[in-house]
Amino acid sequence: MIDLVAFIPRAVGQSIPLLFGCTGEIITEKSGNLNLGIPGVMYVGGICGVIGAFAYEQATRNGEMVGVLAIGIPLLCSLLGSLLMGLLYCFLTVTLRANQNVTGLAMTTFGVGFGNFFGGSLIKLSGSDVPTIALSRTSAYFSKSLPFASNLGWFGKLFLSYGFLAYIAFIVAIYAGFALKKTRMGLHLRAVGENPATADAAGISVTAYKYIATCVGCMIAGLGGLYYVMDYASGIWSNDAFGDRGWLAIALVIFCIWKPGIGIIASILFGGLYIIYLYIPAGMDHMELKELYKVIPYVVTLIVLVVTSMRNKRDAQPPASLGLPYFREER
Amino acid sequence: MKSKNSEPLFHIVKRKSMPMKNQMLVRLLAIAAAVIVCAIVTVITTGMNPLSVFVAVFEGAFGSARKIWITLQDTAILLIIALALTPAFNMKFWNIGGEGQVLIGGLGAAACMIELGDKIPDPLLVLLMFISSVGLGALWGAIPALFKAKWNTNETLATLMMNYIAIQIVAFFTIYWEVPKGSGKIGIINQTTNAGWLMQVGNKYMLTIIISVLVMVGTYIYLKYTKHGYEVSVVGESEMTARYAGIRSGVVIVRTMIISGALCGLVGLLLVGGIHHTITTTIAGGQGFTAVMVSWLAQFQPFAMAGAAFLIIFLSHGAAEISTSCGLNQSFGDIITGIILFFIIGCEFFIRYQLVFRSGAHVQMEITNVQTEVSDEQTEVTDTKLGVTTAQTEDSNGKEEANQ
Repeated sequence: MIDLVAFIPRAVGQSIPLLFGCTGEIITEKSGNLNLGIPGVMYVGGICGVIGAFAYEQATRNGEMVGVLAIGIPLLCSLLGSLLMGLLYCFLTVTLRANQNVTGLAMTTFGVGFGNFFGGSLIKLSGSDVPTIALSRTSAYFSKSLPFASNLGWFGKLFLSYGFLAYIAFIVAIYAGFALKKTRMGLHLRAVGENPATADAAGISVTAYKYIATCVGCMIAGLGGLYYVMDYASGIWSNDAFGDRGWLAIALVIFCIWKPGIGIIASILFGGLYIIYLYIPAGMDHMELKELYKVIPYVVTLIVLVVTSMRNKRDAQPPASLGLPYFREER
Repeated sequence: MKSKNSEPLFHIVKRKSMPMKNQMLVRLLAIAAAVIVCAIVTVITTGMNPLSVFVAVFEGAFGSARKIWITLQDTAILLIIALALTPAFNMKFWNIGGEGQVLIGGLGAAACMIELGDKIPDPLLVLLMFISSVGLGALWGAIPALFKAKWNTNETLATLMMNYIAIQIVAFFTIYWEVPKGSGKIGIINQTTNAGWLMQVGNKYMLTIIISVLVMVGTYIYLKYTKHGYEVSVVGESEMTARYAGIRSGVVIVRTMIISGALCGLVGLLLVGGIHHTITTTIAGGQGFTAVMVSWLAQFQPFAMAGAAFLIIFLSHGAAEISTSCGLNQSFGDIITGIILFFIIGCEFFIRYQLVFRSGAHVQMEITNVQTEVSDEQTEVTDTKLGVTTAQTEDSNGKEEANQ
């Protein structure tokens, strides 16, 4: 039997990048923008944090690091990087009304390339003499959990053993769920996503809502990349290590029918599926089976996609104008 | 618009149509602008002088006879994938599963080579490889299409998941067939006997290139001159119209995706049987995604696609040369490709829309020059009757759309 107290914290750790990405994409999609660039944005968010942290660690090589700066600099760099990606996406799709799918894919190509390029070349470009990017000192700040967590046995391990970004992920998801459903801002945002022409007629600025929602969504998603490098991977950047989590996050949006609250449960479930292959016994001479078990999250996603489309319930539908550019003079 | 506020500086009006010549000019200008930005980025990151950057790019793509052939061959591969995806895009089916369809096709070919190599005569083996890779590719395309046709499942995400399923299945077989045990890779298949290696025409690059040209012409004819092609564009335009016209859109979706997947499977066969003679999970190299953009860049026109594919391959080979010579990471090419794509995506706006400035005069973007201006003059009354001018422009746009 799987040791749940050991398994669940790992599943939660895996789930945080997915949750950030999923929450960000829900907010984006609620404005009618289908941002397929999220995988790229998460890479950019991650690497910008790495660049910031790297610069700060190099600057303080012989001195003490200040906690606020050690967390603040990577965090700001990461947010700024993903904000720029969000602005780029909005400029192309909202202002210039470009095709959202193509723009998103181009952003993913660019973002993943950007991440891998700087991940692979940062040391050479900055002319420093370290062998690998191992930001263990910064990572220590990011993954610091509450000091008394380890004294609380299984309770501490299950609920209190994560770095602060993990809790931010949950808070952001819960707040996003609340804001979308209960506030005027959320109502306006949903109106823009469902029927921009009507929202426009009601005096809601479609362009502003689309820009803000997409940029905020990108910044949230970028934090997923930052969490992955700084906390989950202990500050070690390796190229392509982030993998396909961005795409899974987009799939999760459909799984949780555009509700961030359900997204929390769904992402923990997927986090578990992502590492479940480690817990299925395969035997020493059948390593190939492990590769086959890694297929589970994707098959489950596919099944979920099909099942949600089969049920075809009214409250489980995407925003009606999702993927369509809005042009006021179009009739 | 509120009366006390002055009118905004400009507003955006949909263009009726732009002459093909001007369209090409806009795109060329966008590419030129993108190349300049790329050069600046390259100079900043590498410290090379701008001239040697361009020399290095040409060196990377055309530096030797072998490099030219490889550039052409890679262009051909990307072109076939882009062509394969095009029929699906024409019916607004966003197939981003080219990657998985290529991989699973390659797996089909590799399976025949490994399991049946030397056991059956070579022509029969090649035939079986063809059937299995094309068949598996078609199957991989058909599964999401069935879901789409039956339950309207989101095809973008379904095809994407099929990619990862294909990758993991290939990863499974890579370890299952690994040579030697524990190495985690297959190595060159049938290196001594060459069983199942596709024949060479002229040199080892020609076969792929010839096939790509055949597929290009075939796709053009299929989309433009056949009943199937017509049905595809009707379904893409409006499913309702298709239904009134008696076209069963479900059948069209599945049929088109089978063709799409089969062509991708063919690429898998070429990659495994003709070029690499081995299979890895990265054999498709992200080209399934790049091909989406190639197809779109060419506005789904098969012949223009050859140019778009060449542009992308040329730049990525050039970027690879730069990154190798400067000891930088290979992903530099992706950044360059991304920048070029952003510019081309952005320039489409100026082809489809025009800016009308407050003064009432229709200020054209420099490039669109006289031809469009003449047609607009009819709607222009005087500078003072601004409201009328805009109203008329909008009105004529509306009429035009109604006519379509």
